[in-house]
Amino acid sequence: MTASLRLVDVSKTFVLHNQDGAVLRVLDRLSLEVEGGECVALVGPSGAGKSTVLRIACGNYAPDWGRVLVAAGGRATDIACAPPRAVLALRRQAIGHVSQFLRVIPRVPAIEVVAEAARLAGSSPDDAHARAGEMLDILRIPRRLWSLSPTTFSGGEQQRVNIARTMVVPFPILLLDEPTASLDAENRAVVVDLIRDACRRGAAVLGIFHDADVRAAVATREVACATLSRAA
Amino acid sequence: MTEAPLLRVRGLSHAYGSRIACSAVDVEVWPGEVLAIVGESGSGKSTLLNCISGRMRPGAGEVLYRAKDGREVDLWQASDAQRRLLARTELGMVHQNPRDGLRLGVSAGGNVGERLMAVGARNYGAIRATAAEWLARVEIDVGRIDDLPRTFSGGMQQRLQIARVLVSRPRLVFLDEPTGGLDVSVQARLLDLLRSLSRDLGLASIIVTHDLAVARLLAHRICVMRGGEVVEDGLTDRVLDDPRHPYTQLLVSSVLPP
Repeated sequence: MTASLRLVDVSKTFVLHNQDGAVLRVLDRLSLEVEGGECVALVGPSGAGKSTVLRIACGNYAPDWGRVLVAAGGRATDIACAPPRAVLALRRQAIGHVSQFLRVIPRVPAIEVVAEAARLAGSSPDDAHARAGEMLDILRIPRRLWSLSPTTFSGGEQQRVNIARTMVVPFPILLLDEPTASLDAENRAVVVDLIRDACRRGAAVLGIFHDADVRAAVATREVACATLSRAA
Repeated sequence: MTEAPLLRVRGLSHAYGSRIACSAVDVEVWPGEVLAIVGESGSGKSTLLNCISGRMRPGAGEVLYRAKDGREVDLWQASDAQRRLLARTELGMVHQNPRDGLRLGVSAGGNVGERLMAVGARNYGAIRATAAEWLARVEIDVGRIDDLPRTFSGGMQQRLQIARVLVSRPRLVFLDEPTGGLDVSVQARLLDLLRSLSRDLGLASIIVTHDLAVARLLAHRICVMRGGEVVEDGLTDRVLDDPRHPYTQLLVSSVLPP
């Protein structure tokens, strides 16, 4: 079985209890499918719920309704209702998520941040280190920065560490939230190549790419998120 | 995923006179899992920790621990001797104040070595070598092995306490606000250390904290307590990023994002 991601009738509403119980409807019975080898771009205006889709797909948000079927390594899991241990196992081995911001423990060096992801996916410490170095090289992080904490890095460098930490593992499913947002043209091209390589090896990629050139270069298909009337 | 939980707490309740501290709490911890129990002072989280770590008998409920030999033991049905033996060999407790977990009149090396002797080690050279190894592991200069802990900074004392607890290789560790009294810079170092140690040793732990950032960095799963009850629990980032219960939403929205 190849990797795939399937959202079936997914709805998501946020109830803000401490703001007079305000109700935000974000997704209403959204269905979409991403097969291995495809890169599907989520499009739609700000606030249409694109990031929410990615967060639901990695188990960070729980949908109110619907199924989120993750197929990888010969097994299918509904991440919407899987126990926490199963979700964490999928994130170590099957689902890579590049978020918009890097979140790390302050004093951990960049190379360790990247190597840890490889270790969690099952690499030996030495192998993880070697692969982390290769990935930081590909993403053009100067070697003199490797032993420093990324919290001291520029926005673009942090974003590249964030991408390295995901791309160091050959995840069968990739969720990319604006991976090139704070990058210059050269670095954008590097990331575009990484995404296309991932598709070529059979990964199912779902992403948000505001940059039209990047989207044209990586996406094989687009799926629109419609803005719902917010108040229920 | 066929393995069984290491600890199962069922219907645990405890009251101080007429004041209810814990009310019918159910909690599970799986091997290798870090569970955070969060809540404000008075939410019942410390009472819960005291009851499930075998230090305070709860008013009602079961605390079922799966011992190394595979048998499930109810800590509060077991004899005092059995409970003390488990506490010494398979369980560990890291106190908020390192002075509660250390012997201040005994050298750093002695504090660590003593725990090994409590589980049967007798060879002085081997004990000292292991103590030195653990000091290095928690980033304490081995040259300080013969110094008294009272000459250590707060952060060093806390790391020494962690070495003292982990040296006997417990399977389940309880931590009560381990970063509580420390400076922010010292906290980051301790968090990194706790995270790498629990990953490398495959340790299960239950950490009580009111600091959501600590819970996010260390814990796989989180339980939110209020008024003696668990109001929400689940995957840490899901509970913190997509909280459902009004109280969890209030907690999450009340802290400044780090």
